[in-house]
Amino acid sequence: MKIRVDYNEKISKLNNEIVKMGIFVEQALNKAMDSLVDMDIELAEEVISEDETINNMEISIEDHCILLIATEQPVAGDLRILITALKISTQLERMGDHAVHIAKGVIRLLKENNTGKNPLFNMPEMAAIVKEMLHRVLNAYIEKDAEEARSVALLDNEVDLIHNKVIRDVFEKLMSTQEDQQNATTLLFINMFLERFGDHIKNICEWIVYSTTGEHVELG
Amino acid sequence: MKDNYILSLKDLNVYYENFKAVRDINLDIRKNKITAFIGPSGCGKSTVLRAINRMNDLIAGARTEGKIIFQDKNINSPGTDAVSLRKRIGMVFQKPNPFPKSISDNITWGAKINGYKGDMGELVEKSLKSAALWDEVKDKLNENALRLSGGQQQRLCIARTIAVQPEIILMDEPASALDPIATLKIEDLMKTLSKDFTIIIVTHNMQQASRISDFTAFLMTDKDRAGHLVEYDKTSSIFINPKNKKTEDYISGRFG
Repeated sequence: MKIRVDYNEKISKLNNEIVKMGIFVEQALNKAMDSLVDMDIELAEEVISEDETINNMEISIEDHCILLIATEQPVAGDLRILITALKISTQLERMGDHAVHIAKGVIRLLKENNTGKNPLFNMPEMAAIVKEMLHRVLNAYIEKDAEEARSVALLDNEVDLIHNKVIRDVFEKLMSTQEDQQNATTLLFINMFLERFGDHIKNICEWIVYSTTGEHVELG
Repeated sequence: MKDNYILSLKDLNVYYENFKAVRDINLDIRKNKITAFIGPSGCGKSTVLRAINRMNDLIAGARTEGKIIFQDKNINSPGTDAVSLRKRIGMVFQKPNPFPKSISDNITWGAKINGYKGDMGELVEKSLKSAALWDEVKDKLNENALRLSGGQQQRLCIARTIAVQPEIILMDEPASALDPIATLKIEDLMKTLSKDFTIIIVTHNMQQASRISDFTAFLMTDKDRAGHLVEYDKTSSIFINPKNKKTEDYISGRFG
């Protein structure tokens, strides 16, 4: 006879919630980047208004984890899964906030720059890597694949390289006029928030390794 | 044996007639710590516990092989006096079993047999205080112990055990017949007592093992039905990151 069937179902539902939250964050990042590329204020405002959904998802995941800890007294792998779910939901929520920061940056650019044209340097390329990382890390979480998590974390090094290159490019090419300097500051913030996405995903990778092996590791 | 260890089980096998109940247990017990034995019913944990103060001698057909080293001597060697051994390695059972005598007599009985020369009143007070029972019974020391609640009776049995100043206290599911509050009192008491005594507890209650013990030994049986040690580690390691899949499955309720 199989035992702990009910508990396993509850964990499965919790995992679905994490993935759903991850998909919402993925969409928020997509919209934030599209709003940047197209200078689309409506799309940027959509990202800001939809962040509440992501925040509520984090609270819901926390409540489910707390309920399972209180009622099921999980230990060992079961306990590590719940702690990991709590940690991942926090990382995803922060990524949602960063999508909002990017969207707010887009709105600021539009208000400060009448032409609405800004060079984005390598930021779209960085966003593409971050999106790939996010997609793969969610799969690694569901598959309990520590090796894939380690591999995803390595991509953060590429994100960091592009982030540094963008900073150099902005300083080289966008500091001639006062208007440029204002835009440059906003672009540097957007650049930083994209880079932070990579850091949060790397943190998720580390929690996946902890959940599956019980070992705390520093990846990247 | 290293200084911080008090007991060492070496290749311990216990038989009941021809049936091998416990197989090849090797285990070192740390001094002034609480060690929990956990495992499914019939895995031999109570048998191992009883081997530690030779209680299995009292079971017809029981036979022990291997060594149990306590203070550099093998307690299974022919010269060992089992009665005086049990004074140094006391035992508390699942069901409280006070004598049908006064609370005071329950404490002094063992001391009298062992020729205790000190002040009996002091011994009663000290033992009952150590067992966190003094405040509840100090005004009725001459009342029959059987009038106490189950939890109080169990603490009286612990007081009776520590009155003869053992070095190790063996506890065989000491709280399984008690309500949750009485259980928590026993657990608090065990934590306090571990400063002065080494405690080895057999428990079916996994949360209890995780709450109170410093080290946990997980035993189980295979096809031969002989109990053996699967994993022995710090309790925190066993309950957060056990190394053996069987341990993980058992503590997380997936078999047993």
